[in-house]
Amino acid sequence: MTNKQMTSSETEQTDDQQPNPTPGTDSLADRGTDIGVETSSRDDPATVTDRTIIESRDLDVYYGDDQALNGISMEIPEQQVTALIGPSGCGKSTFLRSINRMNDLIDIARVDGELFFREKNVYDDDVDPVALRRRIGMVFQSPNPFPKSIYDNVAYGLRVQGQDDNLDEKVHTALERAALLDEVEDQLDSSGLDLSGGQQQRLCIARAIAPDPEVILMDEPASALDPVATSKIEDLIEDLAEEYTVIIVTHNMQQAARISDKTAVFLTGGNLVEFDDTTKIFENPESDRVEDYITGKFG
Amino acid sequence: MSQPDFSHDGIRTARGTAFRYLFMLCALLSILTTVAIVATLLIDAVDFFATVSPIEFLTGTRWSPTNDPVAFGVLPLISGTLIITLGSALVALPIGLLTAIYLSEYASERRRAYLKPALEVLAGVPTVVYGYFALVYVTPALDTILPLSTFNALSASIMVGIMIIPMVSSISEDAMSAVPDSLRQASYGLGATKFTVSTSVVVPAALSGIISSFILALSRAIGETMIVAIAAGQTPRMVDLTDPAGMFLDSIQPMTSAMVQIGTGDIVGQGAAYKSLFAVGLTLFVITFVMNLVSELVASRYREVYR
Repeated sequence: MTNKQMTSSETEQTDDQQPNPTPGTDSLADRGTDIGVETSSRDDPATVTDRTIIESRDLDVYYGDDQALNGISMEIPEQQVTALIGPSGCGKSTFLRSINRMNDLIDIARVDGELFFREKNVYDDDVDPVALRRRIGMVFQSPNPFPKSIYDNVAYGLRVQGQDDNLDEKVHTALERAALLDEVEDQLDSSGLDLSGGQQQRLCIARAIAPDPEVILMDEPASALDPVATSKIEDLIEDLAEEYTVIIVTHNMQQAARISDKTAVFLTGGNLVEFDDTTKIFENPESDRVEDYITGKFG
Repeated sequence: MSQPDFSHDGIRTARGTAFRYLFMLCALLSILTTVAIVATLLIDAVDFFATVSPIEFLTGTRWSPTNDPVAFGVLPLISGTLIITLGSALVALPIGLLTAIYLSEYASERRRAYLKPALEVLAGVPTVVYGYFALVYVTPALDTILPLSTFNALSASIMVGIMIIPMVSSISEDAMSAVPDSLRQASYGLGATKFTVSTSVVVPAALSGIISSFILALSRAIGETMIVAIAAGQTPRMVDLTDPAGMFLDSIQPMTSAMVQIGTGDIVGQGAAYKSLFAVGLTLFVITFVMNLVSELVASRYREVYR
């Protein structure tokens, strides 16, 4: 936690050209509305730290006899939004789930190669996936709040991880950062399932960020939502990248172009075809296949 | 160009109607049987209550339908049933629930594929076999460490408990398997251990199903006859609920085995002793009926949890 605050304050000091320097976490939610318009601010090179937080080397994942990922090597920078795009079945979700070892939950999944989180291979024998997942939050494709109260949903991770001091304050902060507090402040005791789909997804984001992870993985977080809810989630993702590393899988290429700093294009057979700055991928990709995919010629 | 012919086909329509009534008749048959049984119970019980007042029946603490002085207080029998139910619950609820958690959350797909049917075989063992097992093996085995009577509530309730384990584990496991996987994923994603996922997400989300399995299993224990008739003895006595040792170590008589005794005994004619069979039966029926009703209520609440 202290480590985290240190790195984020370092970022603030180097971010001279950033239009809205972040004095404290409280202002994050307030910024939610104007950032959606100024998408270019995220593309400003000066806001980017370029320190690698996650690096995969020759990562292969198999489900039984089927190979889902084929020799993936990539370096994901800290405190940026990295989008993973590609057609269905290309392995982008598998890659996302191999970062926090959610693939361990599938009996037939097998992983070869290395994946480093802050220079530690998470597939080393001495790594407990439970400890790993406490530093990496995850948001899923369809909103999946627990059938518990809004408060208990957000407090869940804090309680599981033994961070249950100042619980009220932490729950409020997380809801505020997820831009949900104003809408639910009076009904924290009502069920999370009573919220609309978009609110449920923001509740799930609040739940993921409450224990203050370093990385947030998002698996098509807006695919089950309507356009208005989607745009709220997108604004939120850009805010979150001020403080967290966000890795997002998306089917929606416009969404990747709008919100990400880096984009990785996976194509069929679990191959990573191209990984570069988002502007480069969408304006001038190296690979013809990526260009065909981006322009909608296939996939 | 002529229009296509979509007109009614007389035979097809008639056959459809015939099947409809055939199916309805089968459904009605089982309902009618139930109604007839309840009606018989009621009629004979009302007959019985003409000679013995319901208040005497429900509050009396002595049950002696054939030996003088005759007394028809049902409380000793209810207390006997209560002991068996309590004892079997102590065996079946924890073991059944933990088994269900193991099957649903811990066992691999392959292991579950043969463990679950194997467990359900327990439910297929004839209860008379359980009864003799209790009498011939369990009682002598326990007798080496406890001062047991030959017929006692302890081995009978252990056996009834073992008999209802599959009911608890199977229904609870179904309820837990119905909990969406996305909830487990959310919990794992927040750094929960398998134990935490099971206890803080899966069990609470499946709670109504679990409770309904408990109630169904207990009502099965209340109605169980063979095991208690064979192994628990035929001593209708008021059980002292504050004395656990006395409760379990000695012979008792639950409602069901009292009914067996009356039904198979050499009672002649249509006297009060014979009619008391139906009064006890009605009491038993009311108790299990209410329990099944409660279980239905709880289960229907459970169905509303994730919409």
